[in-house]
Amino acid sequence: MNRNDKLRIIFGRLMQAIPSIIGIIIVTFILTRALPGDPAVYFAGPAATEKSIQEVRVSLGLDKGWLEQFWIYATSLATGDLGVSVSTGLSVKEELIRRLPASLELTFLALIFSVGVALPLGIAAATRPNSWVDQLCRLVVTAGVSLPVFFTGLFMVYLFYYILGIAPAPLGRLDIIYLSPPTVTGFYTIDALLDGDFETFGAAFRQLILPAITLGIFTLAPLARMTRGAMLQVLSSDFIRTARASGLKRSTVLYSYAFRNALLPILTTLGMVFSFMLGSNVLVEKVFAWPGIGSFAIEALIVSDYAAVQGFVLAMAILYVLLNLTIDIVYTLVDPRVGLES
Amino acid sequence: MRRRDFLKTMGAASSAAVIPFLRFLPAEAAGRDDTLVVVSGNGPNSMDIQRKGTNRPSYQIAVNLYDRLVGYSTKTLANGSLMYDYSKLEPEAAESWVVSPDGKTITFKMRKGATFWDGAPITAYDVKWSFDRAVSLGGFPTVQMKAGALEKPEQFEALDADTFVIKLLRPSKLTLPDLGVPVPIIFNSELAKKNATADDPWATEYLHRTPAGSGAFMLERWDPGQQVVYKRFDEWKNGVLPGISRVIIREIPSASTRRALLEKGDADVSLEMPPKDFAELNASGKYTITGVPIENSMISIGLNLNFEPFANKLVRQAVAYSVPYDQIFKQAAFERGIPMWGGKSLTPATIEWPQPFPYDTDYDKAKALLKEAGYENGFEVPLSFNLGLAQWSEPMCLLLQESLEKVGIKATLEKIPGANWRTAALVEKKLPMHIKDFGGWLNYPDYYSFWVYQKDRLFNSMNYSNPEVEKITDITLNMEVDDPQYEPNIKKLLSIFFEDVPLIPVYQPYLDVAMQKNVTGYEYYAHRQLDCRSFGKVSA
Repeated sequence: MNRNDKLRIIFGRLMQAIPSIIGIIIVTFILTRALPGDPAVYFAGPAATEKSIQEVRVSLGLDKGWLEQFWIYATSLATGDLGVSVSTGLSVKEELIRRLPASLELTFLALIFSVGVALPLGIAAATRPNSWVDQLCRLVVTAGVSLPVFFTGLFMVYLFYYILGIAPAPLGRLDIIYLSPPTVTGFYTIDALLDGDFETFGAAFRQLILPAITLGIFTLAPLARMTRGAMLQVLSSDFIRTARASGLKRSTVLYSYAFRNALLPILTTLGMVFSFMLGSNVLVEKVFAWPGIGSFAIEALIVSDYAAVQGFVLAMAILYVLLNLTIDIVYTLVDPRVGLES
Repeated sequence: MRRRDFLKTMGAASSAAVIPFLRFLPAEAAGRDDTLVVVSGNGPNSMDIQRKGTNRPSYQIAVNLYDRLVGYSTKTLANGSLMYDYSKLEPEAAESWVVSPDGKTITFKMRKGATFWDGAPITAYDVKWSFDRAVSLGGFPTVQMKAGALEKPEQFEALDADTFVIKLLRPSKLTLPDLGVPVPIIFNSELAKKNATADDPWATEYLHRTPAGSGAFMLERWDPGQQVVYKRFDEWKNGVLPGISRVIIREIPSASTRRALLEKGDADVSLEMPPKDFAELNASGKYTITGVPIENSMISIGLNLNFEPFANKLVRQAVAYSVPYDQIFKQAAFERGIPMWGGKSLTPATIEWPQPFPYDTDYDKAKALLKEAGYENGFEVPLSFNLGLAQWSEPMCLLLQESLEKVGIKATLEKIPGANWRTAALVEKKLPMHIKDFGGWLNYPDYYSFWVYQKDRLFNSMNYSNPEVEKITDITLNMEVDDPQYEPNIKKLLSIFFEDVPLIPVYQPYLDVAMQKNVTGYEYYAHRQLDCRSFGKVSA
């Protein structure tokens, strides 16, 4: 397959995503409006009267019919306008641009942590079934799944900040004395490095450690399990036995032959875990005052902030499409037998 | 304010690399003597209190960044805590004012030499523009102005730069106090008008993001969803210059984290924690916990008269006798409040408000009343509470449920999410039995009645109506408190509340604030936001 073919296929995949995104736009629009609760009443404030509620309803455009509202939404969407979030008072685009990098930065680091722990652990457990490493792997997996995130989070804060005093105050992305670095990517660590400001980089990184580990512990479990399972299966297959019988080095057998073949299911899990982490780390965000996208979406949902919910779902949908595409591409790199068309 | 704007105001070009000050706030910022670090569960969503959809935490912007014509003076409570005194007004942007003998016009003289942050003098024309804006925008500001009988732009007139006149449609005791609430702030009208457009004559988009005021503090940073930072306006003339030069208000959604930050000394002030945390911190003795009873506010149980059994007064009284007041107060409220039960008589001795209702837990009496009403075998009723307030209302409902069971009333709990609460409870008024936490900004029983007891009012979630309540509320609302007719009328009103009990008060909640020992000057206001102007810090 040459380069052009690949590009054509990627483009085709992106095109395929368009109908699903349109579907998502329509479904979200209908679902938000089907929610109980009247945003006009909510946003009219504590001392509202019938008249002022009506005024708010008109100013939010909620007095119009659904079809008309959808038309307005769709046309402004076409110009890249996602509307204004009533609860935060800012445009949804602005909110997403500000909050998505915060969530992504946290998620990436959490993912690096959990991959860094889960893969070696899973491989070690698979190569020595029922040894102490395997038992440790089981323990970590069980603990990771069964400990609720807010508990791990609060426990971390209690231990490392409150008792030991080695972690910085859980005040969000930066401690009080630092100012955010000039925005390039929206990732504070990267922006600080681009700016050559190691002090702020250190500060941003320190703030990231505890929430990332909290989030990572939760996602360790599926990854470690999947690694162990996939490795066990591959290690018992014929070609490994042949490779061993041919006297290949142990590490070559393990990493070049076995691990590479076990990588596909691991990648699939990784993709799922990533998308899951991005949208649902609300509790971690709450405990560590992280201004991420999860708590924004939940708050918006609670107060029926239509534009915000729609914008969030749309952004997530696009991210998922890109993520799946990336994973599919990585598949073809890992295993040439896999075609993009399938 | 965005970082770029911040840099500009600091007089620096876009390249920030050379000036270390821009990277870190000065060393003392993290802490110490002239900086106040506040952690709070929610932050502002707008810099303009008059905007639609502005949330409660945004009221603090109006309080600290803007001036009003008048402010309130301060009184010291028995427990040493400070509280605003709505009965005594103090000059703020207005130096003095005169009420005409017929009570129909109030003339304000503007303070000489006071300016906005950009140096423009504060004139009567600014006040005129700002008040016109408040009554014209609709929604919350307009309603709040109306409570003080301020309804249309024709009522306001700037005679010259120094003289501002309000013409009243009717004399009302609420007009002057209503000028001190957060809503009637004075905008820098020239600046605002420059940023207004034909579609947006009141510059709502501009003022939403950019405050244009004259207040004791200026906005240094606003990172929505994260923090607000105030910096003192050193040229402030409208009051005593604050002792704190920088205030950092961080949004920390988890109450447990807020408590940890306070205990570790990283925060000076922690707000909005559950009553349990305040009770524990108070017991530790290491922090200053100030609990001020929230004025004109009661945690109470509403009984909807559209629900058949509750249409009968005897049933309502029976319920009032079966509430486990003491248990709720101790186990749900952790005693952070003032009991509102156990009054002595159905005829009130004073016009103090709120005051304990003449009910106590008495199951025999309740059973007798139910029998008399023909509900000997009890009935079933859904008991609803706002999920957003579950921290104290859920235990409260569980205790209530248990105790209603004893008199044969079977209550089923219904948790209603915050956004639906207003629709279900206040607009559709369809909840048979529910927990209420209404509090009025202006501290008069007639004002409470206006919102809660009068027919069809938004907060009358009980569908209560009583012609006498209508009549007395209407006449007392605009009456001066020292009018000889006021006291007998209010006593009559309260005795109706006591006897009819559509609303069963349980306790008057505290507004609790936890502070480090060296923080001084916290003062309670009806708007429940921090007025940072009076804060100070004693060097440890």
